[in-house]
Order: sequence, then structure tokens, then C-alpha cells
Amino acid sequence: MAELFMPKLNVPEGKNSEHTALIEFADLSLYYGASKALKNISLTLGEKVVTAFIGPSGCGKSTLLRCLNRMNDLIDNVRIEGACKIGGHDIYAKDVDVIELRKRVGMVFQKSNPFPKSIYENVAYGLRLHGVKNKSELDGIVEKSLRSSALWEEVKDRLHTSALGLSGGQQQRLCIARAIAIKPEIILMDEPASALDPIATARIEDLILDLKKEFTIVIVTHNMQQAARISDQTAFFYIGELVEFGATSKIFTNPSQKRTEDYVSGRFG
Amino acid sequence: MEPLKKNNAPLGWMGIHRGHQARPVEWLAEKLIFLVSLSAIAMVLLIFLFVAREALPVFFGETNTALVQQIIPTAELDKHSDAEIQRYLELTPEQFKNMDKETLKTLMDVKIEALNDVPENFRNDPDAHVNTTDWKYLLKAHQWNGYDQPEYIWQPVGQIKKFNIIPLFVGTLKVTLIGLGFAVPLAVGAAIYVSQLARPRIRETVKPMIEMLSGIPSVVVGVFALIVMASVLQKIFGYQTRLNAFVAGIALGFAVIPVIFSIAEDALTSVPRAYTQAALALGASRWQTSWQIVLPAALPGVFAAAVLGFGRAIGETMIVLMVCSASVMSWNVFDSARSITTTIAAEMAEAVNGGPHYRILFMLGALLFAATFVSNMIGDFVIHRFKNKLEGKR
Repeated sequence: MAELFMPKLNVPEGKNSEHTALIEFADLSLYYGASKALKNISLTLGEKVVTAFIGPSGCGKSTLLRCLNRMNDLIDNVRIEGACKIGGHDIYAKDVDVIELRKRVGMVFQKSNPFPKSIYENVAYGLRLHGVKNKSELDGIVEKSLRSSALWEEVKDRLHTSALGLSGGQQQRLCIARAIAIKPEIILMDEPASALDPIATARIEDLILDLKKEFTIVIVTHNMQQAARISDQTAFFYIGELVEFGATSKIFTNPSQKRTEDYVSGRFG
Repeated sequence: MEPLKKNNAPLGWMGIHRGHQARPVEWLAEKLIFLVSLSAIAMVLLIFLFVAREALPVFFGETNTALVQQIIPTAELDKHSDAEIQRYLELTPEQFKNMDKETLKTLMDVKIEALNDVPENFRNDPDAHVNTTDWKYLLKAHQWNGYDQPEYIWQPVGQIKKFNIIPLFVGTLKVTLIGLGFAVPLAVGAAIYVSQLARPRIRETVKPMIEMLSGIPSVVVGVFALIVMASVLQKIFGYQTRLNAFVAGIALGFAVIPVIFSIAEDALTSVPRAYTQAALALGASRWQTSWQIVLPAALPGVFAAAVLGFGRAIGETMIVLMVCSASVMSWNVFDSARSITTTIAAEMAEAVNGGPHYRILFMLGALLFAATFVSNMIGDFVIHRFKNKLEGKR
């Protein structure tokens, strides 16, 4: 992906078209049993852009996020209509290998969930899964990933101690390092800072701004300021519907929908 | 808003000094539960003390099984110390204390009669002159009269009683290890399948069925092993002795599988779903996730399951008793075996109360108790080490 790197850090208002479209939801609906959790979502997200999904609890933003790496497959009775395409390929097509998809679409969860293994093994696990066996190659990628997630300096002397001994913020950065180690193209973040204190949150946000040079990031957040600070585009959801989608600055300063305005200004949600 | 009604108004702030009187029922319940848990500990201690007390004479070398002994003439009662007489007559200190001179003299007459009754042919047998409950004979191979080489023999009946406990320990270990070797992989495999891989409907049928196995009485498992399994296994492996340690071990495995399965399954299920999700999101297959992430994370629990299974297996009596019970000294799994529990169960009723055989059986019980205790301690230690390592504490 590095060759496609564009030295553009902030997307000016209304100029999303400069980015190639990477992710496309076409009339996507999702049912949990009989209830419709996502209602006919159509949305196109650009490459190397940070997109924030916002909305009140239960609006379906996490569900939509989990469509992108098919984590919803793990839940029984989930049915999907419409299409979800990445790079033009329908990821719900019958011949899609979910493992290959998840290798390209990484994910960081709400609650940091490092494996009960050493710090080194946490980062190396994904690499081993995908066939990297060479010790020096592993060492190199582990170090690079930990540096990218701004954790290297803190853990370089205790790489082989358990990851569960780290603080909450460090654990979350380790999870990010683990996700980027296998060089995905898209990183999904499901409220990555919601369980962290403000300082740890600020570090994660810096990290996200840094990572967007290389990765396409989709982030779900409850924190309005966070969405405003780090995202280029914002999508606002309400009870399974996409209410409004546009450049972040527009959504937060001059939304076209009344409901969006009410939500971002804190009148409900 | 109306002001809140003050509780215990007459007491005022004094109310905070009431201590446990504030909630007497809770206090009482707490103490009761504490007593109950204490009584459990007390029971274990009492059982152990009882077993150990009955076995003490063996540990202190106070039992004597020599057929030919130095006779102490009844008239010389006063010339010997109390301890000597007590030992000579094989009495406990308590029994000895409660006897007057006349009773002792009668007992000594009986003893002399018994000693004179020893058949002539044993008088020249060197084995008839030794105390076979000596540790030397309990633990080491001995060349008994009429044997070509030193051998480990458990033969507690007959004129010369041979109490070598090594064949029993070997038999116990042989059967237990075969049982565990068979049960642990199967039970843990089934636990992984049921907790991680199976679809809900399959899980809901398989899990109770395996757990139902533990409801089968071990006599029934024993009958099945004795009649069916022994023949089938002999056809497959083609060994000589139909009833052997191998058959007993496999049957034991069936009895132990549900124990190991249900604990291992619990341990695997309680691994946080967050680990599974993280692994799957990294592109691990379900199998890789179960094997590389969930199993290591649940290892303390799975190990605990195996330790508990070991305890159950080493203590299981009936199956081994039914399937094989010859006390052969052999590490060959296709030879027969006699386990410690089997020995105790089969022989205790026939052993003379207070006699050497009785004492030795109790000693076996005490040793078994100690072995289980030590294995549980080691298991606990290992589990804690595992846990601390996983949790980043050292």
C-alpha cells in the first residue's frame, strides 16, 4: 500500500472524490433473526481516509463495522441483504475466504484483548498465522509494529513478559500493533479508547492520525470530540439508518439534517 | 421533596456502633457456613488420623510375623519389661494397660501353644524366622525359600506372609497411567470440540451425554469391561492374558472421562470470548484459535481437570478389582495388575483385626492418602505457576 501513499493529511471539505473509493455498502440490510438492525445502508468510503461512525447506542454502527471483516458471521441467525464490497469485490460472495479477508481487514476492539502470551508473541501471532517463520524477519516486524503504535520504547526491555501486565492504554496500543503487524489494508476500530483515561486516549488518537498515512481506518466512537479530532469523514446513524454522511467538518459545523444537528450538539443520545 | 425518614432516630449516631447486631441473621448464617466448612476439614483430618493410627505399628516396626520366635516362659513375666511383653503378645499399649497379670499369663500360655504348634517343616525354613513386616521385606525384593532369585511378592495369606507392597504400587501406577493416557486426550479433545467448535445443537446433545457417563456405576463399567471389552481388545491386540492392566486401564479411562471432560470444558468455555474474537479477527481459523489461543489460556483449568482425573483414577476400586487382580510384579501393560485400593477392598474384610495384615492394609491406605495429597499439592502449585505466568505476575 505504501506506493499508493498520498502526502495529504487532511481532506478538505467536500473533496473526498480525490480518494479512490475502497469500501462500498450497497443497499445493505442486516437482520438479527426477524429484527432489522441495519436498514438499506448505502455508503462509499475512500482509501486512506479516517471515517468515523457515530450515533446513539444501538444504532447499528458497530454492526456495520463488523460487516467489513465478517465478524457478524459468529453470531447465529444473522442474515444480510444487499452488498458489501471492498475494492470492488463482494465480501459476502460464496467463494470468499473469510481468513484471507480478515488478514486484509484488521480490527481493534473496544476492550483491549491481548492474548495471555508475551508481548512479543502477541504481535508475532498474526505473522506466524500467515506463515512468517524466519526469526529475524519476525523480530523486525514486531519491532516496527510496536514502534508504529508508539509502544516500543516502553516495552522493548520486557518483550517476553506477559502482555497482561501492561496498563490498559498500553494493552490497547499493543492490540493496534498486533493488528498492523500483518499489514492489513483496512483497520476497523470499535470504540478503541472508550475504556481508557484521557491521556491514554490522546495517545491512541495521535496514533490513529499517524496510521492513516498507511491504512484506511474506520472507527466507531461515542465520543463526539474524538470523531471531530481524528476523522476526515463522519457517518451518523440512528436506529439502523444512515442519517447523514459527509466531511467531518461539515457534519459537526453545518449538518444538513436536523437529527444530526441535535445529536452532535448533545441534545439527545 | 420530603426529608428522608431517619432510621433508629432515638439512637442517633450511636446507631453506627451496633456492629453485628445490626444484621444478626446474616451474622449467624455466616458463622454457620464457617462451621460447616471447618467440619469438612475436621472430617478429612479425622479420617487421616484414624488410618494413620491403625497403621502406626507398621511404621514403628512393632508388628512381628515371624513364625518361629523366642519363647518367653510364663513364669518369666516379671523379668521382662512391659514394652517387651506388649510387643511379644502383639498388644496395643491401651490393651496392655487394661490387662491384669492373670490375663497376661493366660495370653502368654496361648502364645506358647501357638508357637509350639508351628509345623515341623517350617522350623528349618529361614523365612519362618524373620519378621516379614520389616521395611526390608515390604520394599525390597527378597529371595524367599524355594525361589531362584529375589522377587517382589504380595502374598498376605499362608504360613509365611509376604507383604511386599511394590507390586501393588506398580499395579496402581500402571492402571492409572493407562487410564489417564486414554482419558485425558479423549476428554480434552471432546471438551475443545464441544466448547469451541460444535454448533449449539450438537453441543447441547453431546455435553449431557458425556456427563451422563459419570452416572454409570463403576460396577456396571466393570462388568462391561470384563465381558465385552476384554474380548474385543484381545482380538485387536492379540495378547496372551485376557484380563490385564491394559483392559482395566481403558475401562478406568471411561470412568474418568466425564470428570476430566466437564472440568476441562468449563475451563475452556470460561476463556474470555475477547481472545477468540481477537484471534479470528487476525485471520486465524477456528481450529487455530482453539488450539493456539483458547487451549493455552485454559491450560491451568485443563491441568486441574487432569489432576482431578488422576485422583479419581487412583482411587477407583471396583473396575480394577473386577477386571484384573493378580499382584504380578511387571511393568508390562499386558500383564495383570493389582491396585492398592483393590487390595484394601478385597482383603480388609478377611484380615484379622489388629493383626499384621490389617496393619499393612491401613498403611497402604495411609500411603495412598499421602500420594493423592502430594499429587494434588503439586498440581495446585503447577496451576498457580501457569496462572501467574499467563497473568503477567511472576
